[in-house]
Amino acid sequence: MIHAYQLVVLIPYAAALIFVAVPGYRVGAAANVVVSAATFAAGLWLVVGERSVGDYAIVDEFNIVFIAINTLVGFTTALFSASYIGHEIETGRLSPSFVRFYHAMFQAMMGSMNVALIANNIGVMWVGLELATLITVVMVGLYRTPQAIEAAWKYFILASVGISLAFFGTILIYLAGQPALGEGVPAMTWSLLQAAAARMDPAILDLAFIFLLIGYGTKVGLAPLHAWLPDAHAEGPTPISAVLSGLLLNVALYALLRFKMLVAGQPAALDPGPVMVVMGLVSLIFAAFMLYQRRDIKRLFAYSSIEHMGLIVFAFGMGGPLANFAGLLHMAMHSLTKSGIFFAVGHIAQAKGTQRIAEIRGLSVTHPRLAVVFALAVLAICGLPPFGVFTSEFLILTTTFAREPWLALLPAFGLLIGFGALLMRLQDTMFGEPVGPAHHVNASSVPMMLHLLLVLAAGIFLPPVLVAWFQRAAELLG
Amino acid sequence: MSQAYEISHLLAGVMLVTSFALLYQERVAAVLNAFAAQSITLALAVAWAAWSDNRPDLFITALIALTLKGIVIPVALHRTVARLGIHREVEKVVGVGAALMVGLALTGLAQALVLKVATGMASHAREDLALALAIILLGFLMMIVRRNAVTQVVGFMSMENGLILAATGARGMPLVVEVSVAFSVLISLFVFAVFVFRIRERFDTVDLEALDRMRGDGR
Repeated sequence: MIHAYQLVVLIPYAAALIFVAVPGYRVGAAANVVVSAATFAAGLWLVVGERSVGDYAIVDEFNIVFIAINTLVGFTTALFSASYIGHEIETGRLSPSFVRFYHAMFQAMMGSMNVALIANNIGVMWVGLELATLITVVMVGLYRTPQAIEAAWKYFILASVGISLAFFGTILIYLAGQPALGEGVPAMTWSLLQAAAARMDPAILDLAFIFLLIGYGTKVGLAPLHAWLPDAHAEGPTPISAVLSGLLLNVALYALLRFKMLVAGQPAALDPGPVMVVMGLVSLIFAAFMLYQRRDIKRLFAYSSIEHMGLIVFAFGMGGPLANFAGLLHMAMHSLTKSGIFFAVGHIAQAKGTQRIAEIRGLSVTHPRLAVVFALAVLAICGLPPFGVFTSEFLILTTTFAREPWLALLPAFGLLIGFGALLMRLQDTMFGEPVGPAHHVNASSVPMMLHLLLVLAAGIFLPPVLVAWFQRAAELLG
Repeated sequence: MSQAYEISHLLAGVMLVTSFALLYQERVAAVLNAFAAQSITLALAVAWAAWSDNRPDLFITALIALTLKGIVIPVALHRTVARLGIHREVEKVVGVGAALMVGLALTGLAQALVLKVATGMASHAREDLALALAIILLGFLMMIVRRNAVTQVVGFMSMENGLILAATGARGMPLVVEVSVAFSVLISLFVFAVFVFRIRERFDTVDLEALDRMRGDGR
């Protein structure tokens, strides 16, 4: 009997092995879409299937939210990637042999992220996240321009330091769990650790959480540990930017939240909430101001990702059923909207032959269809109704206001600052006299439209089934 | 039994001393030698733990530390530096004296922190953990205060030596072998990055400041 949780890991890994041998980028791209669709189907099966806790895998309401987003965005990114890579081959920026490698890496990365999400072991989760990170490092350097190599190097150094600190934190968690669970595998198993949290050594748990927060926080992109993020987003292929923002940041956040649950289970340990609130707010406000100075369109949206991850961490730091619910919802909305934006940005950069905002003008005249989708997606990420991002931001702000009225001013301030910057840049790129080249791009608008429609639908009507599911996940978070 | 602790303690102490040695070297070649010495000491420490705690799987970790980090990587980096013929001197952001003072402070911090926090643990495990944390922090420091790509890689690998020491010291921790393999992949990629990406080929230097100038956009 094979389980859905095995499929979400095995399908991508098997595909990665096969793709290395598949010649021709058209076949590879098509196969990539098919495999990602199969993984998505397995993800859906997992959502409707039963929750189970085994020796190796844990399937509960909480991580299923992440897996569902992961497999969905993996699928749409594969769709986008097919049309994006086709154009890169035509213009000669990538060679077909590189693309073969790229498809294999893409699937290996999806598989590693799913390992991190599904593993019932803090060590295996760490390995999954490390593998996914390493693969993205290689992908960021794919174009082999000086800028791409610099971005990959910086990402490599910072991510490795983050990974090392997270590993030290993992060792400390094991040591903290030892008095309650004894030596060996049990003291590294999520489900057992969670059950025994109240009997863990509180002092070691405190120390462990600090290391984990810094280590995994680097991967979430929290300021001041974010320096790798804009470069890695800007210099890699755009499908990778979409996956980085939409998925990899979430997986790191997932790790952080699991450890938060653990620490919260021991009353004598420090309260992780306030630390996360502060880090979230610093990231949110810092990134909002940084948005104004960006001259590169992919860097602009990379900083916007830091801003939104900050808001999400803030929401989870506040805690409680409502704030957790809002945080989860915002995470889902941000993943969908931001990867949708990167799909549009990828095609825009191809159409104009540049990523510099100053050289992108008058899109509404030259590429009306692309421009409309892009504009709607940017308005959505700005938090304008009727899109789902508005709903989740509104929920985060109102629940904060109800509990700490003065504290609610800070995220509201940060969001307004960010709103202004994005709107200004949107106007720059949309209108005005078109400058520079305007190539024709064979953009498939299906993935972009799909994301936008989902976000719009969530903004207008959240199905009660979905609400109940997210509420159960929020309850688990405590 | 106490003899076993004394020896593991001694080896961890020697590793800490080599961490300081890494900080005050003037030449890249000497940095690589100090790192090789640290890795070989790590291999001995892990092998000792494998033997005295009767955990034969740890011998694999010891073997990896000895061959890959004690011999292969230092030799490979020696050859890279020699072939590229550049920057034989260590480039410092902070002088030796200041770096050593900060290093001492970090070591003190690690001892104070772990010995104060981990009161529930057996004393020998606690002291090993404190030494490992000091080695990790010193590796971190090395990555910050040394500018050249090769010395940064060495700083990272020294940090990783501390991690393996910490993982070995945590009695009965599963996955230590697997993790040491995963880390070896990471390190090989690091060296691969220095080798194959040929940062020098593009920039005529492995000085990371030159890389900073290539940034596409202001910070």
